[in-house]
Amino acid sequence: MAEPNVILNNPVEAGMTHEQDLIARVQRGQNELFYELVRPYERRVYAAALAILRNESDAEDVVQEAMLKALANLRQFRAEARFSTWLIQITVNEALMRRRRERTVVMEAIDDRRDEESEYAPRDFADWREIPSESLERKEVRQKLADALAMLDRKYREVFVLRDMEQLNIQETAEVLGISVASVKTRLLRARLMLRDLLAGGWNQGWFSRLPFEKGNKPW
Amino acid sequence: MVNRGDVNCEQVWQEVSNYLEGDIDPGLRAAMDVHFAACAHCKSVLDGMRNVIELYGDERMIEVPVGYGRRLERRLAQSIRAQSSRWSTWSAWLVPVTALALFAGGLRLANSLTFNPPLRSEHAQLGREIPPDMVVVVTSGARLFHAPGCGVIHNKDTERTLTAKEAIREGYAPCLRCMRKYLETATVGHSELGWEASAGLDAEEHDPRGGGE
Repeated sequence: MAEPNVILNNPVEAGMTHEQDLIARVQRGQNELFYELVRPYERRVYAAALAILRNESDAEDVVQEAMLKALANLRQFRAEARFSTWLIQITVNEALMRRRRERTVVMEAIDDRRDEESEYAPRDFADWREIPSESLERKEVRQKLADALAMLDRKYREVFVLRDMEQLNIQETAEVLGISVASVKTRLLRARLMLRDLLAGGWNQGWFSRLPFEKGNKPW
Repeated sequence: MVNRGDVNCEQVWQEVSNYLEGDIDPGLRAAMDVHFAACAHCKSVLDGMRNVIELYGDERMIEVPVGYGRRLERRLAQSIRAQSSRWSTWSAWLVPVTALALFAGGLRLANSLTFNPPLRSEHAQLGREIPPDMVVVVTSGARLFHAPGCGVIHNKDTERTLTAKEAIREGYAPCLRCMRKYLETATVGHSELGWEASAGLDAEEHDPRGGGE
């Protein structure tokens, strides 16, 4: 028969995941475990910051600041939220604050309003049934995909990254960005259609060998 | 614009993202299925969008700069070290300060427990700085203790000699006349005495009822 103390001291037996156990221990003051706690999400928070800032150095800097804030505020984290979403929320807030300090925001906001008012219809109907995911092993393919993503306007890029790359659900994406669920759906549709148009042609003809955006013009 | 099933191409394009999310009602979903089976353009849109989601959803699509994880770990470690160093500095001061405060508090508590006798006079005032070993005199039925030779001692035949500390313990208060210097200046001997004596009022000596000493 197991001793009661053993059961209580074992997080797995107590029904806690490894992540919940780490959270509890850091909340009790074992700060040195914090990196172990956030390491599984370090790539995702970076992608979120990069989607907003579009600058690798700024994105990395913002992630570091955001993780320090997360450490300082971990006692406020409530178990009903997903820890990954909470980290991404902090990172997005930090990145948005950083961007607000940049003068280009005003110009971007004007562009965003214009795009939201316009209709968007698919333009390329090339058949693209295969999913050559093994092609992601090639760095130049990943770079082409990243370039296509970077061409999206900010508000489409942010929603797409949070939903399709960070795997937040629609509701979480809306909460993190502070917009309505309806806006998330509209922007997500637009982002997916644009990326499909950007990539479909190149996909079937030598893998991005003649992507329209390589000529310097947006295809939409 | 082509109508196949109950929806046309434009409606399909507006809903294709929700279709992939599984976020449309079953009737519309069935209509779109019929449409996709018949419309190659819309089917290519659906397939292409699904591919986009799968490709970008792949972990390999998130690339971080070389050394990114190491730098993050180092920054967190630095911050934690700095925090703990700040705490050490604080605690280095906190321990002796707390010990001192506890010691002082303990002394005060001990004193208050030791010397808090019920006073014989309800008009007595707090007195301090009276040397504890000072020789004083008390008389029976009186409420004050006096320096020997004080002019207001009554019932001298019952006079008894003791120390100020003992007199305080028995509930006597210092005579305001002969002990005035201790009551007014209050600068010397407090720590020596280790207690707060009580100062009596002249009123006792000039009791209108003619009592007192």
